[in-house]
Amino acid sequence: MTAVQIMFYILSVITLASAGYVAASSNLVRSVFMFFVTLFALAGLYVLSLADFVAVTQIVIYVGGILVLILFAFMLSGRETLYNAQQSGNKLLRIGNLPALLISALLLIILVNVFLKSDADHLPWINRAIRSGNTMSTESNGTANIGINLMTRYLLPFEIISILLMMALVGAAHLSRKEQAA
Amino acid sequence: MIPLTHYLVLSAALFCIGLYVVLAKRNAIQILIGIELMLNAAILNLVAFGKHDKVNNGGQMFALFAIVLAAATTAVALAIVLNVYRRYKTIDPDKVDKLKDKN
Repeated sequence: MTAVQIMFYILSVITLASAGYVAASSNLVRSVFMFFVTLFALAGLYVLSLADFVAVTQIVIYVGGILVLILFAFMLSGRETLYNAQQSGNKLLRIGNLPALLISALLLIILVNVFLKSDADHLPWINRAIRSGNTMSTESNGTANIGINLMTRYLLPFEIISILLMMALVGAAHLSRKEQAA
Repeated sequence: MIPLTHYLVLSAALFCIGLYVVLAKRNAIQILIGIELMLNAAILNLVAFGKHDKVNNGGQMFALFAIVLAAATTAVALAIVLNVYRRYKTIDPDKVDKLKDKN
């Protein structure tokens, strides 16, 4: 067991535990803050798989943007929401939640079976990448390469996604404005 | 070197937790959080496989695009949630029934 592996397992336990708390908690505010913990642990996992730029983006956009938005919407939507969320008593094993639990548990079983049988570490293209030295190591400069690729190979998707982000934000501002009398 | 299978199993578990949250919760914001959990499971897979693509950075690039798309959808969805709250005084998706068939 190297240090990286130990970190990986600790972070994955934190991720799953906090995500499970998000699912099980009846308190909306608490589950939002545990979602925060999940996102931070996922950023740590991205760092461990040598994607530091993605990890930073995750923290900046998800933790800094989406979570603040969620908290804003949550607070703007009033006190009754909070009250109702606690009244309904979202226990993990309520009878109404049984179908949802069944579906997700069965999907988990199917997915884990498929992944254990598919032997992802010895796929042909991965073997080829390892043989030709196309695998990232801790020395490789990933962020600079991402910048170069973003401006050459992925230029069109980059422009399209920036236009789409602007459209979505303008649309959100338009949707959430005060309604006129008409 | 962490085996890719462990990443896959971890993201499968995360995806199923997100699916449970989407299916079981009665609050639009919590459903949104569930969708974000599922997206994050997918992004984790992209990043884990992107390790074996040093030259083109395909996995990491698509992870970045997925994060940006998630941000855009969340902004729009939260605006919709605020509007729904203003009109119905609740954000329980079961109680928002103006678009439903009469039966």
